[in-house]
Amino acid sequence: MKAPETWVRISRCRDIPLREGRAVKVGNREIAVFNLGDRFLAIENRCPHKGGPLADGIVSGTTVVCPLHASMLSLETGIGVHGPSASSCVETFRTRVEDGTVLVDLSQKRAGPEKAGDRELAGRCVPSRGVPATSEYPSAADV
Amino acid sequence: MKRLVVVGNGMAGVACVEQILRHSPKFQITIFGDETHVNYNRILLSSVLAGEKADDDIVLNGLDWYQKTNIDLRLCVRIIGVDSKAQTVTGDDGSVTAFDKLLLATGSVPLIPSIEEVKKDGVFVFRNLDDTRALLERCRPGLKAVVIGGGLLGLEAARGLQVQGCEVTVVHLMEWLMERQLDATGGGYLAAKMNQMGITVLLGLSTTAILGNGKVEGVQFKGGGSIAADLVVIAAGIRPNVSLGHEAGLEVKRGIVVNDYMETSHPDIFAVGECVQHNGICYGLVAPLLEQGKVLAATITGNKGPKYQGSVPAAKLKIMGVDVFSAGEIGDRLDGSEVIRYEDPALGIYRRLNLKDGRLAGVILVGDTADSPRYMDWLRTGKDLLSLRRQLLFPSAVEDIGLDIAQVADRETVCGCMGVTKGAIIHAIHEKGVNTLAQLKECTRASTGCGSCTSLCQSLLKAVVPEFEEEVKNTICKCIPMAEDQLREILRSQRLKSVHEVLEIYGNGVGCEVCKPALSYMLDMLWCGQHHEDRSARFINDRVHANIQKDGTFSVVPRIRGGVTSAAELRRIADVAEKYRVPMVKITGSQRIDLLGVKKSDLPKIWADLGMPSGQAYTKGVRMVKTCVGTEFCRFGVQDSTGAGIEMERRFENLFTPHKVKMGAVGCPRNCAEATVKDIGLVGQEGSWQVVVGGAAGKKVRKADLLITVETSEQALEAASLFFQHYRESANYLERTYDFVERIGIEKVRKDTVYATDAVKKGLLERLRKSKDRSSDAWLERDNPRNTTQFIQIKPLEEVFV
Repeated sequence: MKAPETWVRISRCRDIPLREGRAVKVGNREIAVFNLGDRFLAIENRCPHKGGPLADGIVSGTTVVCPLHASMLSLETGIGVHGPSASSCVETFRTRVEDGTVLVDLSQKRAGPEKAGDRELAGRCVPSRGVPATSEYPSAADV
Repeated sequence: MKRLVVVGNGMAGVACVEQILRHSPKFQITIFGDETHVNYNRILLSSVLAGEKADDDIVLNGLDWYQKTNIDLRLCVRIIGVDSKAQTVTGDDGSVTAFDKLLLATGSVPLIPSIEEVKKDGVFVFRNLDDTRALLERCRPGLKAVVIGGGLLGLEAARGLQVQGCEVTVVHLMEWLMERQLDATGGGYLAAKMNQMGITVLLGLSTTAILGNGKVEGVQFKGGGSIAADLVVIAAGIRPNVSLGHEAGLEVKRGIVVNDYMETSHPDIFAVGECVQHNGICYGLVAPLLEQGKVLAATITGNKGPKYQGSVPAAKLKIMGVDVFSAGEIGDRLDGSEVIRYEDPALGIYRRLNLKDGRLAGVILVGDTADSPRYMDWLRTGKDLLSLRRQLLFPSAVEDIGLDIAQVADRETVCGCMGVTKGAIIHAIHEKGVNTLAQLKECTRASTGCGSCTSLCQSLLKAVVPEFEEEVKNTICKCIPMAEDQLREILRSQRLKSVHEVLEIYGNGVGCEVCKPALSYMLDMLWCGQHHEDRSARFINDRVHANIQKDGTFSVVPRIRGGVTSAAELRRIADVAEKYRVPMVKITGSQRIDLLGVKKSDLPKIWADLGMPSGQAYTKGVRMVKTCVGTEFCRFGVQDSTGAGIEMERRFENLFTPHKVKMGAVGCPRNCAEATVKDIGLVGQEGSWQVVVGGAAGKKVRKADLLITVETSEQALEAASLFFQHYRESANYLERTYDFVERIGIEKVRKDTVYATDAVKKGLLERLRKSKDRSSDAWLERDNPRNTTQFIQIKPLEEVFV
């Protein structure tokens, strides 16, 4: 069963520079929102390795590199692809853009991993907080 | 002695004369050239336009060569008449010169398509050095340039103009670029790459008129469309320059007709190069001209025997970052031919082979031309490829690097441009002591033309030179797999100014946490202040000018030059620590004060309250100069180390470096401030300073090397400046001075800095001054943030209760 959607208006698009991330506290969680030019992606702002602020990382394609110890995580799946967080993952959130504003859906995870290998990995790794990654929701065009 | 008159001072004519000089009998030679220049390498004109090479760099034979060989060189004289009966030529200066043998090497002239009102101010052709100079003089950043013609020359001209800052559009009549060398797919890959570089490509458009009243304003196309233009370059092809052939009554078709011995229809008149037609073909590329020249030299000197039997047409686009190679027959409708293709759209790689009867008939390579010598060899030799069928597109990795080379026969040509054989190169290595590529270039000219044989030459050196030491090239990462020095050179010569531009053109278009900061540094070092500073390519420390800590907070280290502070400064630091509840205040090992545990959003306020400049403790840049009290208070001090240290910090501060730079200045050899384990140290002695470099006391401990001993503080600072700038320009990113000095060797470092010529020293100091003038205290961004949320924490636009 789908949880009800709770979309929160996070920020003006122009306040998040191209290929950078910004941290935002929403209720009791901190989310990192990234501007990839053609879309915005949101993940939990906490590296599974030592809790580094992922919003401050360098974006490389559709991944971000944690500023503390260079863990590389996918912004699309939340899965660590390289470095000390390679076998962990973070929560991901759906995003959309409306009237120059980025919105993030807090109620549920964005679409989970799509490749079979990723799904297997996602089954094993548990985000540091929140629900495990799942592929229940289709990967919608978020923007 | 018989008189030989050569009309044409270009590559074909002079290369042929070089061959003639090897034979006997000897001639008394006169060369006429209608340009004002000595013989130069025409295929490198696009490199001159792109600023990669200067006029002098492309000279093939200087005036001394003509003198040494006793050749009478007549520049600026165009031959307008040939009397084949009286055996004389007439120049446009009225001179009449008699000949026993005449060599026509008149090359070709630009083809001007029938365009209305083509003679306007701002319309150029691109054929010789004067055209190139005229274009360079005219083009300015921001001008709209239209290049008519999407062949080799047009595309190279387009890139050159773009490097000069013009907004460039290429207009091509045919359906795809370089249609004579590429198929439609290959042309598509090339167009995509040109687009990526920021050059607009318009295909299938016929230009009908140049618009504008006296001066170019635009270009009109068939069908009525038009685009604006401030300058137009016509590069729509060439046609053989055959007017003298007609004058002399020779058989002329498209070109002056020659037979296999390079003889024309007149027994004493010969022709070579782009102006001739052999077996129905006119060649417009360099390698065939040189092959013709060799045959002609034998014939004309009475050593008739060698035959010219046509050449494999081969072309290589000379635009850095856009690799295109084509050779042989590439048409789609070759009877009985097979086509083998490979494509990788993401990497922009396209390979296509045409096979006929199990042998290679033609090849197209776009995106990666490293294998072109192998294919060229297959084409030339007509190798039976049956046994290689599975390795046609990608050769199996060769373990034995000498194997490729061993398969090449000594008589085979390695450098097609300059006609250098493998045997000649081996001879140069053994007999002339050639050890490096640079020496090889100087000695044999190999690899000085289009450069496509460079890797082959390098393999030859590696295989043959007894004590060959390969230059270890440091690449940054897999995103942009190039040696760093090569990359720096490209950024400089191609005037690239943003990280993403570099990655788009030369890398994978994405970049990573390794190459982005490295490229950011290189651009800042080269263009400081005039590049596009992209903060997304910088590490977080360089986005907010503070050092990130394990909990995501930051540390703040204000600049305290030479470690000398004041009561007022200390009081402000104490007030800031209290006001912002700074969890830890620490004296650092660098004679400075560190405020640790600061929130990102407090940074600008803290900097303002401190009223002190950034100490750059967070970046790969100038950290500090640690000093002792020198002559000011110390009983033993013999030099003013605090004064010199503070001045050194002032001169270098705010600049970025390949890795951090820590310095020291001590007033006597007791070395209290440990200057001999710093990147740059000034060690005071009675009446002099020792300037030491490359010291370390980190992960590695290394005593600095003595760079030079000088008398005055000013001289010491100048020596330090020379080293500092040399390190900035030549070290690899993340290479500390101690690694740099060890890699290069201190003797070489001295030669490149303190013992360099005055011009080199002046250049280093001038570039350092320029960068310094354009640098500023990063903490001033508190008043002018780079973006709205550089320091500010974003708050959701609505309240959330979760």
